[in-house]
This record gives sequence, C-alpha cells and structure tokens, in this order.
Amino acid sequence: MSFANILKEYENFDFQNYFENVTDEMILTSIEKKELNKFDFLNLLAPKAKNYLEKLAQKAHKITVANFGYTINLYLPIYVSNYCSSNCLYCGFSKKNKIQRKKLSLEEVEIEAQEIAKSGIKSILFLTGESRKVTPLSYLCEVAKILKKQFSFVSIEVFPMSQDDYKKLFKAGVDGLTIYQEVYDKKVYQQVHVSGEKSNYDYRLETPQRGAEAGFRALNIGTLFGLGDIKKEAFFSGLHASYLSNKYLECELGLSLPRINDAEGHFKPNTILDDVTFVQIMCAYRLFLPRVEINISTRENAKFRDNLLGICATKFSAGSKTEVGGYTKARTEPQFEISDKRQSDEVIQRIQSLGYEPVYKNWESI
Amino acid sequence: MDILKIGNKEFSSRLLSGTGKFRDKNDIKKMLEKSGSQIITVALRRVNLENPIDNILNYIPKHITLLPNTSGARNAKEAIRIAHIARVAGCGDFIKIEVIHDAKYLMPDNEETIKATKALANDGFIVLPYILPDIVTCKKLEDAGASAVMPLGSPIGSNAGLQTKSLIEMIIENSNIPVIVDAGIGLPSHAAQAMEMGADAVLINTAIATASSPALAARAFSLAIEAGRTAYLLKLQEQSKYANASSPLTGFLNL
Repeated sequence: MSFANILKEYENFDFQNYFENVTDEMILTSIEKKELNKFDFLNLLAPKAKNYLEKLAQKAHKITVANFGYTINLYLPIYVSNYCSSNCLYCGFSKKNKIQRKKLSLEEVEIEAQEIAKSGIKSILFLTGESRKVTPLSYLCEVAKILKKQFSFVSIEVFPMSQDDYKKLFKAGVDGLTIYQEVYDKKVYQQVHVSGEKSNYDYRLETPQRGAEAGFRALNIGTLFGLGDIKKEAFFSGLHASYLSNKYLECELGLSLPRINDAEGHFKPNTILDDVTFVQIMCAYRLFLPRVEINISTRENAKFRDNLLGICATKFSAGSKTEVGGYTKARTEPQFEISDKRQSDEVIQRIQSLGYEPVYKNWESI
Repeated sequence: MDILKIGNKEFSSRLLSGTGKFRDKNDIKKMLEKSGSQIITVALRRVNLENPIDNILNYIPKHITLLPNTSGARNAKEAIRIAHIARVAGCGDFIKIEVIHDAKYLMPDNEETIKATKALANDGFIVLPYILPDIVTCKKLEDAGASAVMPLGSPIGSNAGLQTKSLIEMIIENSNIPVIVDAGIGLPSHAAQAMEMGADAVLINTAIATASSPALAARAFSLAIEAGRTAYLLKLQEQSKYANASSPLTGFLNL
C-alpha cells in the first residue's frame, strides 16, 4: 500500500473524538509498552498526555541512550542557491519575495566548503531553493562531487526528483536525502503552495521512496509545524517515518521538527507549536520509533536545544548559516531566521559540558 | 594459562569492549585499564584521521588490539570496502563484519556476511563476523575462513541478555572456532551465563559505555566473565545439572 492510501484511511478519522476518549490508563500503558502501535503513538499525542510529560521524557531519554548512547551527530548546512520557481507563502525563498538572488559558482562552493570544513564537522547538508532551471541536476551533481572531497557524508535538500535523477546524485556522492512534506493536510498544502512545481502534493509525498529506491542510506522527513493542525501533522509525520522504515529497512530514518520562524515575507502561521507540545511530540516520536534520528536545527534557540539534547535529540546543526554564501561573505537574505546563533565550537563545548560526545564524523566515504 | 586464540594472536582477557556511545572518549582508556580488556572494536565510520581530537584511535593505548567494524555497511560489497579502508588507515588485519540491512532492529544479514567473510579471509584478514545465531551459518563461516563467530545474545543496545540462548548453545557445541557472544549483554550475570555455557568470550559495549561509571562497569563485567569461565572449566554447569541423583532407577537389576 502506498503512503497516500494510508493517509486516505484517516480522511474521516475524528482525532478530536479519539483524543477526548484517551484515558490516563491508556497513556500510561502506551508509555510502558516496548513496541508501540499507531494508537499508542496517538495516545501519547493526546492533550492529556501532557500531564505525563516528565514520565514520557524519562522513557524517551532511556530509549535514546540505549540506542545512541551519550552522543550527538553534528552536521552543517550549506545554501548554494536561493533561486526558486515556486510561490510558497511561508518561505523566505519564495519567488514572490523581492530578495537578492544568488547561486554559488562551483568555485564559490569550493571556497565555502573549505570554510565550513574548518569546523571539523564531516557531515554536510546542501540546500537550494526549488528551481530546476537555475540549479539543474548537472549542477547539483557537480556540487556533490566538490563537497564529497571535504565531507564524508553529504545530504541534499533540493526540489523533488525522479528515481533516475536521484541515482545520478547517489553516484556523485550524495548519501542522504532530506525532504519535508511541509504539511500533510492536502487542503492546507494547496493553500500555502500557491504556484510552481512544489504545488504537486502527491509527487512530493512519494519523494522519500524514490530516494530510498535510488540507494540513499539516510532519509530525513518532517512536517513544518505552523501550517496544519499540530497533532495531526505530528501523527502523520510519525506514520510516514514508520511506513518508510518498514519498507526500506536498510535506510536510516530521521525526523525533524521545524516550526515556522520569521522569514522574508512575514507569513503568519496558521497554528502555533508551543515548547511544551514540541517536547511532547518529540518524545512521542522517540517512543514510537526508537531508532529514528531526531534532528534539531538552529531554528531553535540555544537554551531550548541544549535541554532537548538531554531528552532524545540525536542530531544537531551547529554554527549554521542559512544565507547563500553565508560562511564566507553573507550577502543574501536567510531562508529563515536562525535562533541559535552560537559558533560551532561553542555548541560543541556546550555539548561536552552537558556530558555528551559530539560526533564530527559518522560515515566514511566508500 | 587459559588463553584465547583468535587468528594469530593470543589473549588472556575474554572481554571484548567497544568505543561507541561513551559520554567522553577519555573514559575509554580508563575502561580498558580497569577491565583488562585487550581487544576493542571501533566503527571505521567514526575513525577521523584528520582530526586528532575527534579521532577515536588516539584514545586507545597502542598495546590494545583494534577490531575495526564495518558498521553502516548494507551489503557484502560495502563491508569489504570498509575493511580495506580500515586496513589502510592503520587499524590492522582484524575485522568485525557487521552487515546490517535493517536500520530498525539492527539485525545482521547472515547471507551477505558469509560473502564478505569469504572475500576478506582470502585477502588475509582475521575475520570475526557478527551474526544472527544460526548453526548452519556458522558452519559456512568456518568454511569461508572466519577466525571466530559472533552470535548476538539479543538486539544491539537492548541489554536484554541471552534471548538466543539455545541457539548459541548449539553453536558452542559444534564450533571449531571461538564463539564470542556479542550484543544485548546488559548485566554481568548475562556475561557470566554466556561464559558458563562455554562461550569463548563476550563483547560488551552499550552496557559499559552508558553506565554512570564505564570503568567500574567494565570491571564488573570482567569479573563476571572470569567467574563464568572458571565455572565452565570446572564443568560446574554439568555438575549442577546431573548431580542431583534421585532414587536409583536401575536398582532392581541388582547390578
């Protein structure tokens, strides 16, 4: 069954009613269980489960230590272009925004990569706006090859592609694929993705699968909190990750919890994900999916991130710049405002002082 | 002297340790000192020759035998490639093959592991394959040139002990190469149990690395392994199984 069909099963599901009927006992049972099913997961997302947040966090921490130990994987993003052919209401790179556009030449990519490599971090995520025209596959392959010289693990966050195109990127050295559905609620999806290729919901939904089929070893997915109903979006993100991890046993799955931040265009979020609910959702992800990477970016502020580390986060970016050319000569507008503005070495020191091992390198180029 | 022989090397300690999941890489050295472990496994994916602070090899004393592992390999081809990179990186000829096609439970792929073992043993590696405990696989690995087999006690990181006890017993009974129980050992009593059964050694990582004091935990495991080994050599298990003779069943024959 495709994931689209799984989503369809929930078209008429009354989440409100389900949550109202969740009892304390159900929540406690779900927390104690070893293997959680989707209803356990839903129980943990119920508003009432907030009463058991400490218990939930303790369990999430325990599972994380068993699976990942006291370690945190580090990575850095590099924005190589902010050209975009889509108009998405919440995004700083939206083609409607009058911002300075920039695409790094391959030479500039090399210089920027050298600068990033000074941090010692060997994992990099390269991103573009979604413009097939300005940043075509051939360019992305070249960027991948350049990055692979300095970094042992290269991921992409670019426009969705076909399986064949992904195969070419895999061959060029790309190891991982990050692709956010942004919002699983199709109606909202269509409202916020006004025009351009990104407005194709179904094609985007199946993107992680095409990536897995092409051979990528890591998939990172998530919803952008602030667009759709918070709990439903969290539930569908978890289901999606679970679906993918069952179908592609060989892929390492990651979940991110980005929430809308100030970007150029000043989009007013439809829904607000508060800190308490953020932690609740993160813990629910961990209990439902014990081995999933939980990736917390610099969208979150330093203090909040440091606290999440002790619960169940397993992956941090550190010292990120979200402008094109940001590490050498920032000239453009950022895709989103970062909140944790610390340099990478500051973040690393903090991780160590919290009793965790920062992992600079977690893959070997083979 | 009770010696464990793997490939061309001899060891007096039967505790194999690991480098993953520690709060602080400096704890690794203390753990080795306190436990007497002489073999330590290192994921090549974590070996960072370019960064001396991050490079895990810099935290392991030179007299310890490195057992690089192929963590992250999804098939035989990748495992073989990683093994060769490890050798070039100066990690020696020992290699623990981990071919894991299942990121969800981290279950090893026995079929691909046999292929990788064959190729690497031919290339002169001392191969220690990590496997699901299956006697048929073990026999194939022996033929392929493995220097030991490493059946799992329970899933990695689970601390669930010897869930696969009867399968491992079969392997111990029939193996001509050392049997090292790997993964899932959460308590010293689990390790002692494996050794009492006749396992040649035990590999413990998570339970040591995530303990509040890795060095003391390693010491506890080391003592348990010694106790279990001594009990095995004295055949205490057989004694406890068969020593409780009840009234004779053949007395009527007036033998």
